[in-house]
Amino acid sequence: MIAALSRRGLLKAGGAMVIGFGLPGRGSAQTLSGTDAALGKTVDPTEVEGFLAIHRDETVVVYSGKVDLGTGHRAAIRQIVAEELDTPIERIKVIEGDTALTPDQGTTAGSTGISRGGMQIRQAAATARAALLRIGADWCMIHEDELHIIAGAVGPKAGGVAYTFGQLVGDRRFSRKIDPKAPLKNPKDYTVVGKPVPRPDVPAKVTGTHIFVHDFKLPGMLHARVIRPDAVGARLEAVDADSIKHIAGTEIVRINDFLAVVGEDEWSTIKAARTLKTRWTQPDALLGQEQVVNWMRTGPFAGDETLVKKGDAGPVLASASAKLAATYYWPLQSHASMGPSCSVADVRAVGATVWTASQGPHRLRQICARILRLDPAKVRVIYLDGAGCYGMNGHDDASVDAALLSQKLGRPVRVQWSREDELGWDPKGPPQLLSLEGALGADGKIAAWRTEMWIPKATAGLPNIPLLGPEAAGIAQPQGLSTGQIMQNGDPPYAVPNVEVLIHWLKDAPLRPSNIRAPGKIANAFAVESFFDELAQRAGRDAVAMRLEGLSDPRGIEVIKRTADLIGWENRPRTTGNGRGIGFSYVHYKHNETYVGIAMDVEVDRRSGEIRVHRIACAHDCGLVINPDTVKQQVEGNILQTLSRALHEEVAFDRARVTSIDWASYPILAFPEVPDMKIELIMRQDQPPLGAGEAAAAPVGAALANGVFAAAGIRLRTVPFTPDRVKDAFGRRA
Amino acid sequence: MAAYSITVNGRTRTVESTDPDQPLLYILRNGLELTGPKYGCGLGQCGSCTVIVDGEAERSCQITVAAAAGRKITTIEGLGTPEKPHPVQAAFVEEQAAQCGYCANGMVMTSAALLEKSPKPSLEEIKEALASNLCRCGTHHRILRAVMRASGRAQP
Repeated sequence: MIAALSRRGLLKAGGAMVIGFGLPGRGSAQTLSGTDAALGKTVDPTEVEGFLAIHRDETVVVYSGKVDLGTGHRAAIRQIVAEELDTPIERIKVIEGDTALTPDQGTTAGSTGISRGGMQIRQAAATARAALLRIGADWCMIHEDELHIIAGAVGPKAGGVAYTFGQLVGDRRFSRKIDPKAPLKNPKDYTVVGKPVPRPDVPAKVTGTHIFVHDFKLPGMLHARVIRPDAVGARLEAVDADSIKHIAGTEIVRINDFLAVVGEDEWSTIKAARTLKTRWTQPDALLGQEQVVNWMRTGPFAGDETLVKKGDAGPVLASASAKLAATYYWPLQSHASMGPSCSVADVRAVGATVWTASQGPHRLRQICARILRLDPAKVRVIYLDGAGCYGMNGHDDASVDAALLSQKLGRPVRVQWSREDELGWDPKGPPQLLSLEGALGADGKIAAWRTEMWIPKATAGLPNIPLLGPEAAGIAQPQGLSTGQIMQNGDPPYAVPNVEVLIHWLKDAPLRPSNIRAPGKIANAFAVESFFDELAQRAGRDAVAMRLEGLSDPRGIEVIKRTADLIGWENRPRTTGNGRGIGFSYVHYKHNETYVGIAMDVEVDRRSGEIRVHRIACAHDCGLVINPDTVKQQVEGNILQTLSRALHEEVAFDRARVTSIDWASYPILAFPEVPDMKIELIMRQDQPPLGAGEAAAAPVGAALANGVFAAAGIRLRTVPFTPDRVKDAFGRRA
Repeated sequence: MAAYSITVNGRTRTVESTDPDQPLLYILRNGLELTGPKYGCGLGQCGSCTVIVDGEAERSCQITVAAAAGRKITTIEGLGTPEKPHPVQAAFVEEQAAQCGYCANGMVMTSAALLEKSPKPSLEEIKEALASNLCRCGTHHRILRAVMRASGRAQP
């Protein structure tokens, strides 16, 4: 029974200070008008009100600093809060990545959306729940232990009048520090967490009504296209304004070497950008794609670092009779987002608002403030969905492009990159070179292991990667490299008595680097798990049995066993020789996060050099699963995207510029190549969530390479596995 | 400025363009406020901008406004709505066949055009029909399931 709102209740609820958190606009189309009413709320991440607002109409608005990059995060956050508060999920609305409204929870990166962001919000909800029970105890005049919460209302367990959240709190202040000890619901009692609740954004996304940042418009907005030079680092020598005079309604904006065409009409702007005659210097400062591996070997280096040292691998490797050595290479790759980067900015003297698909709206706010020379308090950055970015693609660049232009013109500006600019200028996943050595003992077990890596060194303390707009405009910004944690998972997860991981840190990178999904771990696991397979082959051992033998972690063991079952693994000769075989790979992500096993049933056509993957099996343990369907989606995405990267992708560039600038020169996986997939989630609801956004990407390269070996007896150690490389490998074997 | 009469989602509209070669995509997205079709490459390679023209799935970035005049165009907004989805859209929701969802327009429109012509395509035929529609998130498997579901068959 729900009581009518009583005046007594209102007063007892603690003051009548209504600060009027208005309700935000529908879905993710966060507009100023839709959320203005909530302005002024705290964004303090230690305050319950930073994350949650309970309204008179029973809605609960969640303010999440982490954003949904197409991952289903938004669905999971609703589930977490619905569960902890025991209120219907339909009543929960999520506002994401609005610096005026949401606490800074760090960038949405490193698979931390749930494991950190979601858990922070869960604790806020748990604190709110405890507070609601205490307020309810006052209202009901019984002890809070005798109360429970059902469907968003607090009432006596014994029955009687219940008061809804809206009545108890509705629209009033709910000032409380988040209590790290506020009791959490027992996972055994979960009714919403762990269920495949549909994502709220999918109906709009498949009917064309979802508002992406690309679709966002403001009154008086100008369209803009930034003109990038033909060569990286080129200086602008001349612009022929007359060359676009005939295209009505367009104008040129230039800030030093930062050049753009703007106009009211988008198509005229595009035409003008294509037509504009410019003259740039012609630097040839890049390495060129062919020189990358050589350069990685020769430096210049920032130094060496021994990352792992267990036992003493050197003497064992030197004296072993059964040993192997192999070198693996993973090339530069693009985020290759389907929608080229886009942003809308409205910069005025009183302040700036930037609508962005950045994975880090709070970080972008600081960048914009610095570049625009505004007080950060006067800069508001609002997240809107973009095309999937899988790390830092061009979204931040496009946002600062738009902000610079809007500041210069005093009008709202929308910048949309072209396909050519997206593939040409997005920051790239850096190349990785690994040399591995391993020794087998007399017992057939691995006695020693050494991994040497050649990788670019990220600049310590770099607040953000240098952005293109400010660089061209001559605006000072911190310089350096950003790569993500690309050195992890370079050592095997299996028991080996003597292990060494040595890093040769390169001072630079061939093209501007950034974090791309599962940074570094994909290449490292490709090398480590391929090499493990090579050692197993050399030892005459079954690759799955040998993995199991080397593991003591029961969760890792279970993942491997289930993966083997899913694919129908049989202990058998490693190479069938008939062109079809199964490869296996396992990763314990960062050695302390998610466990993933992947097996691939692979066919290799000797004549054409083509690889066809028929089936993929994957067992996945990421601890607590909030939403098994969205986790599965992430696993599927990780696998297929990384299959694409392993089979097809390498950024091509010459001394001046990137030359793989469309989908013909930078091909990605296509439907005819899509294999059958079986994914099994091992749900451990009593364990912490470990992240699902990246881990399943890591074992893909090795599962494929090991499958190719099982099918054809050829060992592919350089990505991508193009038909030419396959034919070369057959040629070398012959 | 020339005027063109185009029929979109059952309504005949007059649109103006200074350039007869302006791609239909920009007319739809800006002039007609139909932002379902997305700009992905402008080269006809990715399929994000797909619309149905006289029953055929076509790339709206490759059709000029002049060429679109007088033809019958359906955009994703004309196919169905969240409240009243087309069977293909309903199947995409059922299978949760979208991650970032940027390519979803092309997937839905190409699949709808396919099923109009071939109501019971094989899995291989669906893969072929979608061969030039690119997805970066790796939602392929769900998209295939959705199209099979929309055609009333078991999902792979």
